Amino acid sequence: MITTSGNRGDTVRSDCHIALTIHKTGGIKINIKSKVKSLFGKSINDLCSIILAHFDIENAFLEIDDQGALPFVIAARLEHAIKQQVNTSKEFLLPFYNDNYSFSTTDKIRRSRLYLPGNNPKLMINAGIYGADGIILDLEDSVAPEKKQEARYLVRNALRGLDFGSAERMVRINQLPMGLEDLKFIIPHQVQLVLIPKCENSDQIIQVDEEIKEISQCNNHQILLMPIVESSLGVINAFEIAKASKNVVAIAIGLEDYTADLGVQRTEAGTESFFARSAVVNAAKAAGIQAIDSVFSDVANINALTDTVQKSKAMGFEGMGCIHPRQVKIIHQYFAPDISEIEKAQKIVLAFEKAERQNLSVVSLGSKMIDPPVVKRALKTISQAESLLLIEKEWRKNHE
Amino acid sequence: MNKLVKNAAGRMIPEIINGDKAIPFKGVGKHIPERKKFAPKIPSNIFYPADGNKQINNIKEALIKSGIRDGMTISTHHHFRNGDLIANLVFDIAHELGIKDLRWFPSASFPCHEHLIRHLENGTISHIEGSMNGPLGRFCSEGKMKKTAVLRSHGGRYQAIQDGEVQIDIAVIGAACADPFGNANGLNGSSASGLLGFALADSQYADKVIVVTDNLVQFPCVPWQIQGNYVDFVVEVEKVGIPEKIVSGTTEITKSPDRLLIAEMTAKFCEITDIIHDGFSFQAGAGGTALSISIFFAEIMRKKGIKARFARGGSNKYLVQMLEEGLIEYILDGQTFDLAGVESMKNNPNHVWTSPFTSYNYHSKGNFAGMVDVVILGATEVDLNFNANVVTHSDGYLLHGLGGWQNCLFSKTVILPIPLFRDRIPVIVDDVTTLCGPGELIDVIVTERGIAINPLRKDLIEKTKNSTLPLKTLKELKAEAERICGKPENPKLSENIVAAIKWVDGTVIDIVKQVKNED
Repeated sequence: MITTSGNRGDTVRSDCHIALTIHKTGGIKINIKSKVKSLFGKSINDLCSIILAHFDIENAFLEIDDQGALPFVIAARLEHAIKQQVNTSKEFLLPFYNDNYSFSTTDKIRRSRLYLPGNNPKLMINAGIYGADGIILDLEDSVAPEKKQEARYLVRNALRGLDFGSAERMVRINQLPMGLEDLKFIIPHQVQLVLIPKCENSDQIIQVDEEIKEISQCNNHQILLMPIVESSLGVINAFEIAKASKNVVAIAIGLEDYTADLGVQRTEAGTESFFARSAVVNAAKAAGIQAIDSVFSDVANINALTDTVQKSKAMGFEGMGCIHPRQVKIIHQYFAPDISEIEKAQKIVLAFEKAERQNLSVVSLGSKMIDPPVVKRALKTISQAESLLLIEKEWRKNHE
Repeated sequence: MNKLVKNAAGRMIPEIINGDKAIPFKGVGKHIPERKKFAPKIPSNIFYPADGNKQINNIKEALIKSGIRDGMTISTHHHFRNGDLIANLVFDIAHELGIKDLRWFPSASFPCHEHLIRHLENGTISHIEGSMNGPLGRFCSEGKMKKTAVLRSHGGRYQAIQDGEVQIDIAVIGAACADPFGNANGLNGSSASGLLGFALADSQYADKVIVVTDNLVQFPCVPWQIQGNYVDFVVEVEKVGIPEKIVSGTTEITKSPDRLLIAEMTAKFCEITDIIHDGFSFQAGAGGTALSISIFFAEIMRKKGIKARFARGGSNKYLVQMLEEGLIEYILDGQTFDLAGVESMKNNPNHVWTSPFTSYNYHSKGNFAGMVDVVILGATEVDLNFNANVVTHSDGYLLHGLGGWQNCLFSKTVILPIPLFRDRIPVIVDDVTTLCGPGELIDVIVTERGIAINPLRKDLIEKTKNSTLPLKTLKELKAEAERICGKPENPKLSENIVAAIKWVDGTVIDIVKQVKNED
């Protein structure tokens, strides 16, 4: 029996294709065809030998067609090829990258989340260098049905080994129930946030949350959730979804599926989804979490993206999805508070602090009284501007 | 047995290359020849038709009249790039005539010259002195060339001709337009490529000069980029090149997010360090990353309301747009990469054609390269001392020519924007496989994961001290690449020397060894 894993072909880069036949006798034979063979042939051979030994395979013929795959890719492909023939609970895990032990925080800024197809290693390797707030290794729509299983190994290894910089490490699992199986491949490997697609009710959140508790053996786990509502029913239930677990930190809307559900075209103006987007923002705010807009998929059209981000921010969204790194900069620029917002917020915060010092119950700016929610928003704007380095931490000095 | 000596860069160089004594690299600016320049034979008018008509029926006849024989040096040029039909034709004829052991001295070779491998195998050509691209490089790397290949920069090629180090017996100059007297240019006709600068030295110094064109016009062919007074014979053929492969359409701006990021970081670096200032000058190549850098430069120049005094081409439509928008006052063009460039050179007096003589020649009274404020170049490898390789890959294969790369190192600031690794192969290494440019001339390495400034450039270090640029040392960058990729093994090379790399002054800076075939 031959099992295979991975990708090959003229356009494939940083990936490999593995064909494995396990025999009863004859020892191990590894046949490497690689564009980097003279520089990494021994390293590839050694890694494969270690993995075969790890799974107690003593006789096998292994053919690797390599296009410069990194070790985490080769290991994922080989483990997947092995597990189609060997029934074992063992895993072959490469060491964690040092910085990948951390958890995320509820109020992390989530302006941009960059989608990466879960079975394409080439795009994963440098994903951390573009400054996106979040990186999504996607197991759902970007992975073909017959590639779902091999993508799980790849995503698991990427979560452990790759340096994603300051980005939040996210995975979009498959629609339930398949998504529950995905969790086994990501929860023990320091995923920070799980996106739950096509969410329609709070039960689905609870199922995922329970499964995470089960896998992590921890009732009070720190893995965050971001449900995506992508249907009319999901939109109607947005509030119960947002409130379903304390681990839900944001709720996103997916407009491709939503417009399909309505049976209408998705337009640039977005009139058809105005209600749904507003409903999601409203539900998120009511639940005290972040509202995240849909993906903007026209990569070449930077002007339309700019326009969309501005509208999105005006509606109350705090971030949106992107599929190309060049979108990140625009999204960050236009979701950030602008200068007039910051200046106004600074005045309000100073007035608030002054009132506090003087034990006044009412905050006023000039002759105007400032309501507590306005103060709260101003404080949030300032803390965001500080963390984005738009203003200095000591900005108060300049206002004395 | 050929004795090896250590040159000033610490590389082991043979004393004799192809029977001639080789001068080991002595250091930048250290080799000063005290001879007169080489001079060609004195021709006399009486041997040429009084009516100025030097037209001959075909190339074969012209080669025979030029006295082609075994062991000669024949030069061709790369103005037609991958659409060149001339070089292949010349050696097909030489083979048909039973000529052996020719030295091919092209200004550059392209994948279309893979055809010549048969003539290297059948003995018509003994070896190549010029660039070694793709299939020819592979052939050479595997030790299949009869003699040692010699690689020179564009400026170094001019120097070698002037020094008499390479004496050209027959120069065959393909031209988009020519008259029967031999005046020629690259501007007019279906094979237009802009200019003929790479053939200039050949026209002046070769013993016999043949101009080949598919667009013969009545005298005078103007402008005469090549002057007919240097030309022996003119041949009209049906086609000198394949137009769509000469100007390969416009190279598009890179879509690779990594390369875009590197381009943006490079432009940002030039902004922060004030390299981009009013009246500055720059040179960027024709690759996708370099194109993007020009576009980021343009954005910065618009924002600051400044312009560049000149840009050195390779020109293309993006550079022409900048010229027309008034962001650049002059394009000093060394070669033209697309039709927009050709049209601009034809019609815009501020789009000026140059040659390796004006731009790069080392044995002249100065050249343009040193005047350029910033030049953006590529590299296959860089070592921890900023020494760089541009001709071989880390597996030892010789796959690229030097082009104007070495000559451009004399610009005021040299920046190499390169990915930290390519298909698992780290670019920053302990020791470059082949040394092409000394680190003392290379100022900044920009990778997607950080920027390294040569410690010699204290001014740049000072200017970027408090910036948001991700500054790192080459050592840190190398460690990062190796953490991701693993540490590569050394390439498997034999002791057989297959090519010599010349420095701009004609000394030998390094050699290339034969690759051991594993399978």
